[in-house]
Amino acid sequence: MTGMLNAAPLSPAPEARPFWEAANRHELLLPFCVTCQQFFFYPRPLCPRCGTRDLDWRRCSGQGRVYTYCVQYQTAVPFVTVIVELVEGPRLMSILVDVAPDPAAVRCDMPVEVAFVDRPDGQSLPVFRPASPVSR
Amino acid sequence: MSTGVAVVGAAEADEIGVVPHKSAVQMHAEAAANALAHANLSLTAVDALFTCGLDFMPSLLVAEYLGLRPRYANSDSIGGSSFVAHLHEATRAIRTGECEVALITHGETRRSNRKRGVSPRPAHDDPWLPDWQWERIYGVQAPPPAYALAATRHMHEYGTTSEHLAEIAVATRRWAALNPMAYKRQPITVDDVLSSPWLVYPFHQLDCCLVTDSGGAVVLTSTGRARSLGVPVVEVLGSAVALSHYGISQMPDLTRTPAAITGAEAFRQAGVTPADIDVAQLYDSFTYTVLVTLEDLGFCAKGEGGDFVSHQRTAPGGEFPLNTSGGGLSYNHPGMFGMYLMIEAVRQLRGECGQRQVAGAELALVNGIGGYLSSAATAILGKV
Repeated sequence: MTGMLNAAPLSPAPEARPFWEAANRHELLLPFCVTCQQFFFYPRPLCPRCGTRDLDWRRCSGQGRVYTYCVQYQTAVPFVTVIVELVEGPRLMSILVDVAPDPAAVRCDMPVEVAFVDRPDGQSLPVFRPASPVSR
Repeated sequence: MSTGVAVVGAAEADEIGVVPHKSAVQMHAEAAANALAHANLSLTAVDALFTCGLDFMPSLLVAEYLGLRPRYANSDSIGGSSFVAHLHEATRAIRTGECEVALITHGETRRSNRKRGVSPRPAHDDPWLPDWQWERIYGVQAPPPAYALAATRHMHEYGTTSEHLAEIAVATRRWAALNPMAYKRQPITVDDVLSSPWLVYPFHQLDCCLVTDSGGAVVLTSTGRARSLGVPVVEVLGSAVALSHYGISQMPDLTRTPAAITGAEAFRQAGVTPADIDVAQLYDSFTYTVLVTLEDLGFCAKGEGGDFVSHQRTAPGGEFPLNTSGGGLSYNHPGMFGMYLMIEAVRQLRGECGQRQVAGAELALVNGIGGYLSSAATAILGKV
């Protein structure tokens, strides 16, 4: 599973650099619209909700739930792709780790928390794992 | 009620399925010639061209190949729904007098391209673009996992099951058995679908469309001119296009597609309701695509798609004739299937479907879905 993550080409886009730099510090930093007072994802030079360019970067809790998932079998070891809905609102795609790649081991709305995979190329990648009982 | 525009010809290329000995643009040309013959029109009558899925400048390429210098052209590319969107725009262009005879063509040799190491269509490889940046790195680089993500959420919210999805695959195959042009015609059972390997959960292999080589084309003109051609007149009664998102993670509600918008608008224009439709052709990249668009188009309520397709209701002899060609699941799916929804709808309304003809078909609905449930294009066609 992490083999797949390490193999995929990743070149941080200029407008997303704060996100990827924060990932290397194991922080989840998302764009925040000052006008809407809401986070959005993914990063871009204007708020996709209202169009303003009055934006900020803010740290997220890393807590969320599995909005949906699929189990991918095209690799030697199956893996679970998820769309996570963060408690702050935005959804982002990721991989679910620390769980068997088995449809029965995952469910929609299960609580998850961010973790980071350190790739050999030096870039860390946010992934998610089942939330620890403490943070639930 | 009436747009004053008609579809007068619709046809595939000479051969479809596995056609390694023909080029993609050759498939466009064969289909164009066949559709024009079906319309009793000559190539020289064509003054508008719509196409996509081939090259960076598709309308230029196909126009040159066909020897056309169209006064109106468009290559809008919104996925497999594009060709239905082209019908929508061609209808408007003919109504406003910007063109008189519109040709829409499709051709892809996606299956055979693999063996030649050729990429199927223009593909960007810039890792800074959003789908590379936010989805491909997590394994979503093609439709199966994207549609699977949507299906899982639908199953969670509404209790939709793998058996419901399998009903669609089985019924569609039964239609394909009646279509000599269909690629897969051997009957299958719900158990066959459920015991086929996972492609990506929650899709078994038999929940997923074919990959074929194919060309197709349709021809439109004003209803007035159509009446002089000596062919059955199939009028465009309503049409609409809607865009929602590009990547699946940006889809606002994974259980609701933009067909909810286009369906309502097309029905409003046509002045008919879902209950009036005699035959429906709904994009079936996956069984789930059919289930969710049945709901969004108003054939049943949200969440009731599973019940709607149960007991082979959409199979030959069932109450609701659906994807009568055998669809993308069993007849033909070269990558962008929208063209073939229109071809089958026109044939049904002209009464040209042989064994699979739906008796008394007068009103047909076509719904294309493109990208990752990203775009929808709906058309309602009626026999005049």
